[in-house]
Amino acid sequence: MAKPLSRLQIAWRIAQDIPDGAYVNLGIGMPEMVANYLPDDREVMLHSENGILGLGPSPADGEEDWDLINAGKKPVTLVEGGSYFHHTDSFAMVRGGHLDLCVLGAYQVSAEGDLANWSTGDESRLPAIGGAMDLAMGARGIYVMMELCTRKGAPKILERCTYPLTGERCVNRIYSDYAVIDIAEDGPVVRETIDGIDLAGLQDKAEARLRLAEDWRTLTAPDL
Amino acid sequence: MIDKIARSVADALEGIEDGSTVLIGGFGEAGVPNVLVEGMVEQGARDLVLVNNNAGVGRHGIAALLETGRVRKMICSFPRSVGSVVFPELYAAGKIELEVVPQGTLSERIRAGGAGLGGFFTPTGVGTQVADGKEVRRIDGKDYLLELPIRGDVALVKGHVADRFGNLTYRKAARNFGPSVAMAGRRTIAEVSEIHENGGLDPERIVTPGIFVDAVVKVER
Repeated sequence: MAKPLSRLQIAWRIAQDIPDGAYVNLGIGMPEMVANYLPDDREVMLHSENGILGLGPSPADGEEDWDLINAGKKPVTLVEGGSYFHHTDSFAMVRGGHLDLCVLGAYQVSAEGDLANWSTGDESRLPAIGGAMDLAMGARGIYVMMELCTRKGAPKILERCTYPLTGERCVNRIYSDYAVIDIAEDGPVVRETIDGIDLAGLQDKAEARLRLAEDWRTLTAPDL
Repeated sequence: MIDKIARSVADALEGIEDGSTVLIGGFGEAGVPNVLVEGMVEQGARDLVLVNNNAGVGRHGIAALLETGRVRKMICSFPRSVGSVVFPELYAAGKIELEVVPQGTLSERIRAGGAGLGGFFTPTGVGTQVADGKEVRRIDGKDYLLELPIRGDVALVKGHVADRFGNLTYRKAARNFGPSVAMAGRRTIAEVSEIHENGGLDPERIVTPGIFVDAVVKVER
């Protein structure tokens, strides 16, 4: 029986793929955890939409500065070499292709890499977009961090997204609880998969047709 | 002589008319000029359109102004923040209009307003609901949406230090929307926590030049 990765383990796995020197935006929520697992030998500059490059860890209790918050409105710190700038410059970095990577959560991803992560189309909920659409269309690489299925077991990798889109054909790779999946020209390609599940088992958790890469590997993460 | 220091919040806000579009700096709680916004509650202008990244939290600042019922429409990127109570109530009751704009598009629309541009083409929102009804232009093989500028009758920002010329610095990430918002107001008013007393600020430190600012009020931090 395959034991799926926890969210912490998915965050750890993503962190291993962020190169030294990269400028990266970690989306609000689950993706923020990636920061906790960046290897010590790499210097990575984290971007925040509200005008910060060089996000550091959370401040100690009592040390919060409410003029220094992240996009999730939580207090943060600034690392050496970090900078402040205004919002329009911040989104020039985003749309101008200056960010190497952005890690986002998702409700759904299509076989072509369409992303749906801002709305479930539920009209009783207040619509709220934030910076997601800009990030989806702007960052050079979009990594999605998500479970393969919803809590109710519905697959999230679909032929076509049924929820309103955040961006078209923008997702490059999905890091999930069972597999790492690239969105290639011809659709989703499984790069890594955890022990105890084969392609057919993965396919049961995705609507879009999956293909196994010839050089696929085993997906592992330490106990966290 | 140039002296943009206002004696009081009421003086700074005098003359704001019914029907005004009011641009407000800040992101979440950081950089929101709460004293000026709450001054608008006293000031009394009605039928307002507010522009801010969010839609207020708690019952102070933007939320307090919304609660007066004098705001007709909110333009923002994310009205669903933790602790936001007043706006969701008004929206659910059909008492306020909402225009949701992607965050970078909101910021750039405000900048375009301040920069005298007729709009700009952005890749953000192509192929989404945001594109509905908008011109799509293919430029160098890539699709872009035409987005139009936002100008304010009034712009309210929170700076850190100001001088009598209206030059502003900001503090840390409280800068956020401030510089773009300051450019885009027909009348721009800044609240700051410090007034630089001896002439002008160090020109190397100035983020918003005084040409964009009409009045400055010192408030307690």
